[in-house]
Amino acid sequence: MFELLSEKIGQVFKKLSGKGGLTEKDVDEAMRQVRLALLEADVNLKVVKEFTAKVRERVLTGQVLQSLTPTQQVVKIVHEELTAILGGGQSTLTPAGHPPSVLMLVGLQGSGKTTTAAKLGLHLRRSGQRPLLVAADTRRPAAIEQLVVLGRQLDLPVYAEDQKASPVKICSHALDRARELAATWVVVDTQGRLHIDEALMKEVVDVKKVLQPSEVLLVVDAMTGQEAVRVAEEFNTNVGLTGLIMTKMDGDARGGAALSVRTVTGVPIKFIGTGEKVDALEAFYPDRMSSRILGMGDMLTLIEKVEKTVDEKWAKDMEKKLRTATFDLEDFLDQLRQVKKMGSLTHLMEMVPGLSALSRRLPEGMDEQRMKKVEAIILSMTRDERRHPEIIDGSRRRRIARGSGTTPQDVNQLLNQFRQVQKMMKQLDPSKAKRLLANLK
Amino acid sequence: MFNLFKKKTEEAVKRTRETWFGKITRLFERSSIEKETWEELEELLIAADTGVDTATTLTQRVKERVSREKISDAQQARTALMQEMALILKVNGNAPAVTASPRVVLVVGVNGSGKTTSIAKLGYSFKRDGNKVMLAAADTFRAAAIDQLKWWGERIEAEVIAHQQGADPGAVVFDALQAAKNRGVQVVIVDTAGRLHTKFNLMEELKKIRRVIQRIDPSGPHETLLVLDATTGQNGLNQAKHFTEAVGVSGIILTKLDSTAKGGIVLAICDQLKIPVRFIGTGEKLDDLAPFDPQTFVEAIMS
Ligand SMILES: Nc1nc2c(ncn2[C@@H]2O[C@H](COP(=O)(O)OP(=O)(O)OP(=O)(O)O)[C@@H](O)[C@H]2O)c(=O)[nH]1
Ligand SMILES: [Mg+2]
Repeated sequence: MFELLSEKIGQVFKKLSGKGGLTEKDVDEAMRQVRLALLEADVNLKVVKEFTAKVRERVLTGQVLQSLTPTQQVVKIVHEELTAILGGGQSTLTPAGHPPSVLMLVGLQGSGKTTTAAKLGLHLRRSGQRPLLVAADTRRPAAIEQLVVLGRQLDLPVYAEDQKASPVKICSHALDRARELAATWVVVDTQGRLHIDEALMKEVVDVKKVLQPSEVLLVVDAMTGQEAVRVAEEFNTNVGLTGLIMTKMDGDARGGAALSVRTVTGVPIKFIGTGEKVDALEAFYPDRMSSRILGMGDMLTLIEKVEKTVDEKWAKDMEKKLRTATFDLEDFLDQLRQVKKMGSLTHLMEMVPGLSALSRRLPEGMDEQRMKKVEAIILSMTRDERRHPEIIDGSRRRRIARGSGTTPQDVNQLLNQFRQVQKMMKQLDPSKAKRLLANLK
Repeated sequence: MFNLFKKKTEEAVKRTRETWFGKITRLFERSSIEKETWEELEELLIAADTGVDTATTLTQRVKERVSREKISDAQQARTALMQEMALILKVNGNAPAVTASPRVVLVVGVNGSGKTTSIAKLGYSFKRDGNKVMLAAADTFRAAAIDQLKWWGERIEAEVIAHQQGADPGAVVFDALQAAKNRGVQVVIVDTAGRLHTKFNLMEELKKIRRVIQRIDPSGPHETLLVLDATTGQNGLNQAKHFTEAVGVSGIILTKLDSTAKGGIVLAICDQLKIPVRFIGTGEKLDDLAPFDPQTFVEAIMS
């Protein structure tokens, strides 16, 4: 883990080892690497500066420089600080004194408010609540229709009016409806607006006055760049936020915006959106997020994805094999079959930032036909050969090729691929993988 | 006509100029060029989402020129920076000459970047130029996406070919192209579902849409436009890379430039991938679309 940053800081410190003890200047160079890593992850420049200053302070006042493993120490501090700032992973919604409680979603155009409204509705119902969805985006064409369709799919009530109605009126009527329905939560989708659009910012404040919400959540796209700070600041000062939701986290954005918005607003990140499906709303874990921002491939997400698709026993076995590094060709075959179920491992890995670099080293194009060939080759091996592929010499290779109707080159190619995968498996830190797996259960 | 576009571009970048580039300009207003100037310049570029690499490269280039050309005057250095930026942005960005009819424009991008709205604006501009325009509702995934496109279709008086939600997008495109041929339509714009570039199956689906187009007209799609939100950070580069790998992006529409976002990622994309920016989106109304002209853009920003 932490490959990238550790590697870079490691290089900085290596140059200096032998000189005995690290100086303040060396730390500055290490901080430069931290700064770059964060900037590449889209953390806002100002936030980066504050952050590195803090880390620098801790590094200099701690025992880091005397430590035998300064690189690991620095990376650990960075990760800890990040996690602390992102902190307090609370995914609970604060209800009002008496029902119905109101939750309002605000944000820029295209950040994912409408989909998130539906997801929250489902989430609330699953936690035993009776939600009412409210379509108050009267501006974007078919936004009302979008929420109505989603509500129908989920069998959730949606309050909507004509596109010509004013959002304030809609919201006030929606509250009446909520009382009629004895709804416990009202989830309001508002229209997307620019934080600098004065008229629209005033409108959302008016809507808020009517709704008296206990939750005002800013929906932030995980791909947002440096402007995230301005956006969050403006929404927070003008409307007053109680929390954040990061959307489109299923992509490969490093999501530094999370740190930016969290730093400037101080309100917690309550959920993350991880897909287009209505159940793709998850709790927020600060430590996972900081790993992601630092570009250390979020193993957890990968493992979780694998777990969702493959059977549990297989995952458990794999975990053990990873741990004991006894991954052989039989497992490889097994894995190929599982991968077939998941799409391709390559693309699965590409979803995880940091791992995408690794995934490029995976054999290309595990298509149906190749898969069959690979299967045939492995099936033509003896048990011994599958467990100890290193014993496969020229004559064994020819025999396997004959048996599987392939060529010795094919066999060779497969063995090479296998070695690649094996090597890759070893690069994934097994102890961490195991701990992460354990956390999931 | 050009002046009108120029005016639009200037308006769109006015805010940007006032904030970000304003600072750069002020930087160079100092009489002499100091060491901190470079550091500040690099930071300003980073704050505009150009990414660290592009910011460094750009600063380096100007630095070298300043020393090679013995520039000591800040004003000249400023001109040098403008030139370097324009140079990066000056990827061949002309609309391809299309003889085939209909001209097929495929519009792709991640969720919520502004595809459907941009298609309406683009269709509107093609119509104003006297073309018969048709829209293909190949976003059959997102709830009410079809209604959204139909709404715009009515506004710009263009026929919208659509199937049910959940239908095969390839089939929609096939029908649209057939209908376009029969009805003498000159431009077909294909709206696709927003998708993250990391989703294997969805990118395969996009390739399939492209294949359907090519089956009917081997020279199509004549343009494949990637819609990129100006608020996007470094991920924009990945988007451009992956969509290009999948369906060969020929140009970019940079949307939401009416916000405070600087859209600096475009410099990174042009620098590294040589994909031209074709249009900028500057609002939610039909005429909030302007051609992207690197020279005008940089000039308007720095003037
Ligand atoms: N301010 C501003 N808003 C824009 C611009 N372009 C699009 N939008 C808004 O961004 C939001 C999303 O736009 P859409 O056109 O629906 O985006 P899309 O890419 O089609 O979205 P999906 O199909 O859901 O992936 C809408 O509210 C648009 O009005 C622009 O240039 N400026
Ligand atoms: Mg759309």
